[in-house]
Amino acid sequence: MYSEKVMDHFTNPRNVGELPDADGVGEVGNARCGDIMKLWIKVEDGRISDVKFKTFGCGAAIATSSIVTELAKGKTLDEAEQISNRAVAEALDGLPPIKMHCSNLAADALREAIADYRKKHNME
Amino acid sequence: MTEIYMDHAATTPVRPEVLEAMMPYFSVEFGNASSIYSWGRRAHHGLDQARDTIAGLIGARPEEIVFTASGSEAANMALKGAAWGLRSKGNHIITTAVEHHAVLDSALWLEKNGFEVTFLPVDSEGRVSPEQVRDAIRPDTILVSVMHANNEVGTIQPIAEIGSVVKESGALFHTDAVQTMGVLDIDLSRLDIDLLSFSAHKFYGPKGVGALFVRKGVRLDPLVHGGAQERRRRAGTENVAGIVGMAKALELAVAEREVEVPRITKLRDQLIRGLREIPHTRVNGSLSERLPNNVSVCFEFIEGESLLLNLDMRGIAASSGSACTSGSLEPSHVLLAMGLSHEIAHGSLRLTLGRENTENDIEYVLNELPDIVHRLREMSPLYDK
Ligand SMILES: Cc1ncc(COP(=O)(O)O)c(C=O)c1O
Ligand code: FES
Repeated sequence: MYSEKVMDHFTNPRNVGELPDADGVGEVGNARCGDIMKLWIKVEDGRISDVKFKTFGCGAAIATSSIVTELAKGKTLDEAEQISNRAVAEALDGLPPIKMHCSNLAADALREAIADYRKKHNME
Repeated sequence: MTEIYMDHAATTPVRPEVLEAMMPYFSVEFGNASSIYSWGRRAHHGLDQARDTIAGLIGARPEEIVFTASGSEAANMALKGAAWGLRSKGNHIITTAVEHHAVLDSALWLEKNGFEVTFLPVDSEGRVSPEQVRDAIRPDTILVSVMHANNEVGTIQPIAEIGSVVKESGALFHTDAVQTMGVLDIDLSRLDIDLLSFSAHKFYGPKGVGALFVRKGVRLDPLVHGGAQERRRRAGTENVAGIVGMAKALELAVAEREVEVPRITKLRDQLIRGLREIPHTRVNGSLSERLPNNVSVCFEFIEGESLLLNLDMRGIAASSGSACTSGSLEPSHVLLAMGLSHEIAHGSLRLTLGRENTENDIEYVLNELPDIVHRLREMSPLYDK
């Protein structure tokens, strides 16, 4: 039911872990099935220089988390913010319809992390 | 690659002896059992023999067996048929919160159509008590449906005692024995059971064949209308090959039960013991009143679908009650009814053993699982070493 790309990212997820000195952290829960994703970003010169994630969820949730970290790395905050859940699903060669909601998790967590960074930044 | 099938509660392979018994009825003896010429008579004879065999193995009379196209159909027929048939006597039905969806959704459909349904809660092991049933029975209760054993957590219900309680009240008692037929002893000549559903593919028979035991004197409204098959209780040209296969499968299961049940119970306990060594693991259901082949656990902090995918990559077939595996994105109603949180239910894993499984299989699983659980926990934001 999953594409090869999904299985690849599920089997060998990229950027798993935490960033203890992160500049922004995003955590979102999935209203549909109760899963949780946490994502840490490091920002340098307005670009995402490092990103890590942890996910409690299904195969699609883990794979979308993994690919979103790849998509985000090196992008400016504005660019990264534009990554849609559709783009995440497409980067994985598609997801089964029932799993489309899992891709929201990853994109949302990234946006949260960026928002968190901006909030902290403005407060400084 | 190693391939280990441990999902026998979902379905089982057809045994070669069963297939052999079925084969003639696909081609040579292809007749319609309702026809009067020789082909029809021979098919009818096969059907009669199968009915006699099955009835004999469960303490029933042949005319009390109604063949259906699945366990789900049998359960639907029991609930809807009894409810409509007894509408003039009352409109209250009692069942439990942990039934298979075939019963649960039939009850919900009846509720939508004017019947009142009480869904009895279960304890933390998934059991209902005869006292709970007694307290729920009202003068207008027409039907009580309590499963024999649960398909997810393996908990066996005290159906003999519940049957007596129901009998006293005059209501009908249905039990879904899909998971226990051929495994536990079922003697309907001694049990107060009016209706009992079972399904061939759970005991090494073919898929798409089930049956409902309907005690003599119990009147049901048919679900499937049409021809006069099954004494007008279930229309449709009989699946003779499938029915013959079901009889053969049950015959073998009952004959081998004395040896097979202790063998598989031992493997089950070995597996449970091994899994308990993994930290933050809980066993679901009862340890004593449990199907001999059922292992159900929850690993905290991880999710079932990712667990199943990892197991599949290592050749192990299993199932989970996680919301992410369910299609409806709802976690298992059974685990929730037993008081587990949504989060814990997420990490559920069911391994159900069968005839082909050996001690080597248990060792293989116990060798692979801790590593998978560890990997997924390392990835989980909930896990705090
Ligand atoms: C307890 C229980 N009842 C009913 C059914 C439905 O049986 P069938 O698959 O034959 O429709 C199953 C099997 O999935 C079951 O485990
Ligand atoms: S995270 Fe639950 S279905 Fe994907």
